[in-house]
Amino acid sequence: MTAVAPQHELENPLIEGLERLPVHPTALVIFGATGDLAHRKLLPALYNLAHEGALPERFELIGVARSENRHEDFQQMARESIQRFSRTKPDADVLEGLVSDMRYVPGSFDDPKVYTELGRTLSEFSEQAGVELNRIFYLSTAPQFFPVIAGALRDAELNRDERAETRIVIEKPFGYDLESARTLNASVLEAFDESQIFRIDHYLGKETVQNLLALRFANALFEPVWNRNYIDNVQITAVEDIGIEGRAGYYEGAGALRDLVQNHMLQLLALLTIEPPASFEANHLRDEKVKLLRSIVPPQVKGVHSMALRAQYGAGVVGGKPVPGYREEEGVAPDSRTETYAALRLEVSNWRWAGVPFYLRTGKRMPRKLTEIAVTLKPVPHLALRSEGSIGVQPNQIILTVQPDEGVSVSLGAKIPGPQMRIRPVIMEFRYGTSFMSQSPEAYERLILDAMRGDATLFTRNDEIEALWGIIDPILTAWHEDRHSPIREYPAGSAGPIAADSLLHQGQRWRKL
Amino acid sequence: MAQALTEDLWAEQDTTPDAIEAALRELLRERHAANQTLAPARVLNLVVVVDSDWKGEIANRLQRVGRYHASRTVLCAVEEGRTTLDARAVMSYEEPADGAGLAVMREEVEIDVGPEHLKHLETIIDPVVIAELGTMLWSPHGHDEAIEALLGMVDVILLDSDDLLDTGEAFDQATRLLRSGYVVDLAWLRTTPWRERLAASFDTSDRLAALRTMCRLGVRHRPGSNASALLLGGWLASRLGWRNGEVSIELEEVDQEAPGLAGVTVYCGEGLSVSLDRGRGGLRLREEPGGRSWQVLGASRGEAGILGEGVRQALLRDPTYGPALAAARRLAT
Repeated sequence: MTAVAPQHELENPLIEGLERLPVHPTALVIFGATGDLAHRKLLPALYNLAHEGALPERFELIGVARSENRHEDFQQMARESIQRFSRTKPDADVLEGLVSDMRYVPGSFDDPKVYTELGRTLSEFSEQAGVELNRIFYLSTAPQFFPVIAGALRDAELNRDERAETRIVIEKPFGYDLESARTLNASVLEAFDESQIFRIDHYLGKETVQNLLALRFANALFEPVWNRNYIDNVQITAVEDIGIEGRAGYYEGAGALRDLVQNHMLQLLALLTIEPPASFEANHLRDEKVKLLRSIVPPQVKGVHSMALRAQYGAGVVGGKPVPGYREEEGVAPDSRTETYAALRLEVSNWRWAGVPFYLRTGKRMPRKLTEIAVTLKPVPHLALRSEGSIGVQPNQIILTVQPDEGVSVSLGAKIPGPQMRIRPVIMEFRYGTSFMSQSPEAYERLILDAMRGDATLFTRNDEIEALWGIIDPILTAWHEDRHSPIREYPAGSAGPIAADSLLHQGQRWRKL
Repeated sequence: MAQALTEDLWAEQDTTPDAIEAALRELLRERHAANQTLAPARVLNLVVVVDSDWKGEIANRLQRVGRYHASRTVLCAVEEGRTTLDARAVMSYEEPADGAGLAVMREEVEIDVGPEHLKHLETIIDPVVIAELGTMLWSPHGHDEAIEALLGMVDVILLDSDDLLDTGEAFDQATRLLRSGYVVDLAWLRTTPWRERLAASFDTSDRLAALRTMCRLGVRHRPGSNASALLLGGWLASRLGWRNGEVSIELEEVDQEAPGLAGVTVYCGEGLSVSLDRGRGGLRLREEPGGRSWQVLGASRGEAGILGEGVRQALLRDPTYGPALAAARRLAT
């Protein structure tokens, strides 16, 4: 035997150049494993990771839920979920390899016996593997169980292990206002360190959202104009043509502001406006986001009416079909004051963005499904060209579309062919999906793998969560306190209430949907 | 959602590169007039030089790479005795059946050329590829003259070191081409899952220590896949800084349907060995002492998947291939 001198004392010399880096052997425990999220997203995402050879070489999965099932029942449920919802056609051998070792622990989330069984199963897996498996507890449950499960894991001493990493992944919603978010943060932090906590917002796992960072920080074209000197206003729109789709139980307690603005839309705003981070290391990016979010001055409760507006959809027509109003939906109270539409005007009070209005709007039962960011530049300072006889020179717009088709459009002024110098706007469109290499992994695939690797870049930190709620909280309070004024209504299928125009500065208009 | 395939065609006999390029522009203009949502986002040119008799087989292989197709593929079919250029261009779009969503576009050009065109093939190809876009060259049937002519205009060369019977000659060729551009070697890509799994198996601190004591390597491969086997050995040798003779390497041919590797065993000090073998639904990993064995999940990519990965790799840069190739050349001798 001949010893070979190591090139690096501590680093693995075999990983250089590999796209898929090693992930430590891991056991993933899904609480709420029989629920809709596990069924539609988590289990198919795990299959796709397995299909691509991206799971750790030793990987075990344990499902925990209240319903009484045997291991075989859970395995069959997982098999069916994957066959139905996987983005790739399942390979029979890979599917069986993944599913056949899955375990199931039935019981109530506050029952210590569940955690005893969980601990025993985890130990058994580690023993079989001959190595201590990292543990990830994925909380895919109703939010009221988050502190219960975190506390029970601590009581069962499953929250830390000196021999391996232990992490907890918590689904949204993380709190329902600032106070509850703080309380939840505090209770989870009693059981886990911040470095162990991965608060998931699946929006951040979308390639489209990450491309926003690439667009800004990999292209010198945009950054010079990305400031108050050149940008007139920004509109962030996230609307859907569908209604609440039978989710009245959730939606009545949430509303449009909590459902989309507090998390996804403010995340988009943050990524659009942050300063370039020193690197994409988790805390560098999250530090910049927190700094930005803290630059958004929350409104005073009494001033909310001038910067935010809510409404509910009434009966109308969507896609040629008549649909009921929100209050007529099954499970919705006839006197419900839950908003299905919210529009806001925010300002980012820092050197780069002072004075630029940021308009956010979201709604259900709108004309179509669309998530986009529209950046409107200021008009040219002097127009030497004639504007009569044409629609004139329009300000340039940079449109970043998140869904349904990810892409970037730039509107330019161009000459109308003919003898006179007249100008028309033309739109130059780019769609990521028309290029090759465009098949994107599902957001959950990326995020689950990142959690297994311990990379928290695309997860939300505790101070970030509180900063997000801090912006929204006064609006929630104002709307909660206003129990008497009638809720505005917009016809289903329309672009929202006309009153939303009052949020805009003079000369501005909402983009057409 | 079901996809509807729309194809626009153009063909001309005894044509010129300028006419081909003009036809491509006209096809795009017509298509854009018909569908204003069409906005091609182009990433890569792929130039393929093939024997005329085998162009259908190569075109089929390229069709099967799926989403990892190049933006514009120019296939040059070399036909004995031909003195003029015949060309055919196809622009195809996969559109969702309901008319909404993206139109994914492929631009494919076939040019029939004669042997006498090869010496100055760049004068035919250069006007036809999309300017300022990365260009990859694949010449699976040799045609060294064409490769030489095109080297100045391509950025990436796709090859398969397993294609040549003489592995030493294949490595010499890859080394030579590596001096002119970036090389993507399908034989190297066949080793990717094995390299990933070996890296993972030695990723703990105690295993990293064991890596230093590696004394023997066994690589099992399909006959004709010597290059893949040697590249895996070359990779370990280059990453671990082996000196000649320090680690014995044994190659063993085994029957299997898929090209590439069938198994790898790494022997280290104190009786530790790690074996990976191709199995159903992934690789079978076995460790000694202890006899632990388990399946590492992963679906086979198949040869179409390997070729698609080769196209995708045109945009990436793997710094470990060159050193692995140099070490593999030494092992081959």
